[in-house]
Amino acid sequence: MGIGPDEEVRVADGQTERDIIVCEDVHKWFGQLHVLRGIDLSVRAGEVVVIFGASGSGKSTFIRTINRLEEHQRGEIWVDGIELTNDVRNIAAIRSEIGMVFQSFNLFPHLTVLDNISLAPMRVRKWSRDRAEHVAGELLARVGIPEQAEKYPAQLSGGQQQRVAIARALAMQPKIMLFDEPTSALDPEMINEVLEVMRELAGTGMTMLVVTHEMGFARAVANRMVFFDHGQIVEVGPPAQIFEAPKQERTKQFLSQILH
Amino acid sequence: MTAGMLAPPTTTVGPVEWLRRNLFSSVLNSFVTLLTGAVLVWVVANVGQWALTEARWDVVTRNLRLFLVGQYPGDQAWRLWASLLILSVLSGISAGVFGHTTRVLAISVAAFQALLAAVMVASPVGPWITGGMLVNAALVWVGMVAGHRGLVPRRSLVIAWLVSIPVIFVLIAGVGTTPLPTVGSNVWGGLLLTVLLAVVGIVLSFPLGVLLALGRRSALPGIRFVSTAYIELIRGVPLVTILFMADIMLPFFLPGEIRIDRVTRAMGGITLFSAAYVAENVRGGLQAIPSGQVEAAQALGLRGWHTNRHIVLPQALRSVIPANVGLFISLLKDTTLVAIIGLAELLGIGQSVLAQPESLGAHLEVFAFIGVIFFVICYAMSQASYRLEAALGVGQR
Repeated sequence: MGIGPDEEVRVADGQTERDIIVCEDVHKWFGQLHVLRGIDLSVRAGEVVVIFGASGSGKSTFIRTINRLEEHQRGEIWVDGIELTNDVRNIAAIRSEIGMVFQSFNLFPHLTVLDNISLAPMRVRKWSRDRAEHVAGELLARVGIPEQAEKYPAQLSGGQQQRVAIARALAMQPKIMLFDEPTSALDPEMINEVLEVMRELAGTGMTMLVVTHEMGFARAVANRMVFFDHGQIVEVGPPAQIFEAPKQERTKQFLSQILH
Repeated sequence: MTAGMLAPPTTTVGPVEWLRRNLFSSVLNSFVTLLTGAVLVWVVANVGQWALTEARWDVVTRNLRLFLVGQYPGDQAWRLWASLLILSVLSGISAGVFGHTTRVLAISVAAFQALLAAVMVASPVGPWITGGMLVNAALVWVGMVAGHRGLVPRRSLVIAWLVSIPVIFVLIAGVGTTPLPTVGSNVWGGLLLTVLLAVVGIVLSFPLGVLLALGRRSALPGIRFVSTAYIELIRGVPLVTILFMADIMLPFFLPGEIRIDRVTRAMGGITLFSAAYVAENVRGGLQAIPSGQVEAAQALGLRGWHTNRHIVLPQALRSVIPANVGLFISLLKDTTLVAIIGLAELLGIGQSVLAQPESLGAHLEVFAFIGVIFFVICYAMSQASYRLEAALGVGQR
């Protein structure tokens, strides 16, 4: 076996870093459709990985297997030293370590912004209401909308809603954040406010897996980029290499399409 | 005012213009308006004339006690008063605390008692009852002021409502000893029985229906099968059949020493029947929740129970309020079917009143009176539902 879940990797500057996510030969079928065809990917703590590829290439499905919103049918996924199996306790333990931000926000429309954020810490982490709301207030300030705490999601703009969704995920103090096309549903003028929050988050050393087509963001923030095509990883590399000298013909083709 | 900033055009019109636009916009419309108007005037005039001059309302006033409580013993009537008092105070406080959502409830409780007070003046028991009713109605108002001033915390109010149901039940049924001797359910009747059947049916069938709806969508095949089978079985059978089953068949299957009285059996039948329909309404609401809501809850690490309790059910139940209130209104009216198994609820009392020799030929009066009572209660329920929908923002996300 190449990379064990807890194996420590010595990097150049002498720090030890750990693979916080390890995926080995992950397969997934939707009925007859083979959507993930042997994904191998390891992510170190603190790394920002941008995943891109054509729609239908399996990139969203892949990051959804990491917190078990989709079940993989072959291969292994280890998150922070715990293997994802059907064991319900493992799934709950892993989910509470992983925050997720969705394309369509998925805020709870019947709860105020403050309640959206403080619900899970109170119910899962068993925090007191005071503590949960205090943290929620801090997070709202961090994503730049402290004055919206008492509003309902429907009263906010798309960009504000997505920032609340990020705050909601961060309230669980996750070690890893998954972003599933976080800006695709936004009007153009709101994309930057969300990317700005994500950039700030990357600066704090958060481990991030981001499915996105925002290549400017990828170039500026990503440590590595992963190109998906037809359920497989075609190419992995630092942004400089992916943009300037992609090794694979398919990568080159796809980039030329989206970068015109 | 600067250019480009125009005030919206005025939309109000005078009464003459309104008439012309809405009632007399063409020759045909004018004709239809006049015809409908004539029919309306004719109906109102005839009904009014009958109600004011010909109708023998003494059938109602003479038997008012029967209509309201059936054979409930007169010397124990204070227990009903006490129950009404609890209801008045609680609904008054609720109106004060929860604001306009529950104000309809308080207003209808107060109005209903004021109405009874007015009717009672003419009856033999007279001014005592009128006074009591007016005091009760006043207590609604006192409660409202107290609630509004924040003298009662929300949580204890909710607990008080939950506790009030068994308390009222014990008050009415008694516990067999001297301060509260048992009053057998065979003497409960009239409006009292109708309301008890409906309230128990609604309060119990709602949680049961929610559980069945969740069961029908459960991932466990056993639970799913049992829930589905129950719902389909009950929905395939008329309520009358279930009432007969509860009344006649159940005692055969139970061991001899276990006796369940007739009213309890009817309550059980109505509850079990209604639960299946609640379940299907709620299932509709559950299906309307986008899967992203559940995914977001799961991604936060919320377990199944918390996801249902805090995310799915609040949204689903809110969206099915109109359907459920409709169901509960028909449940209230369906309680009249227990007359078939010999219980004297409002309609049953009406029939026994009509059997009195001095009431001969007073069908219209009796049925009109019963109809008005049902209408008032059902109308209050649907108004409360609209208020609730507005307060909870149904239809807007």
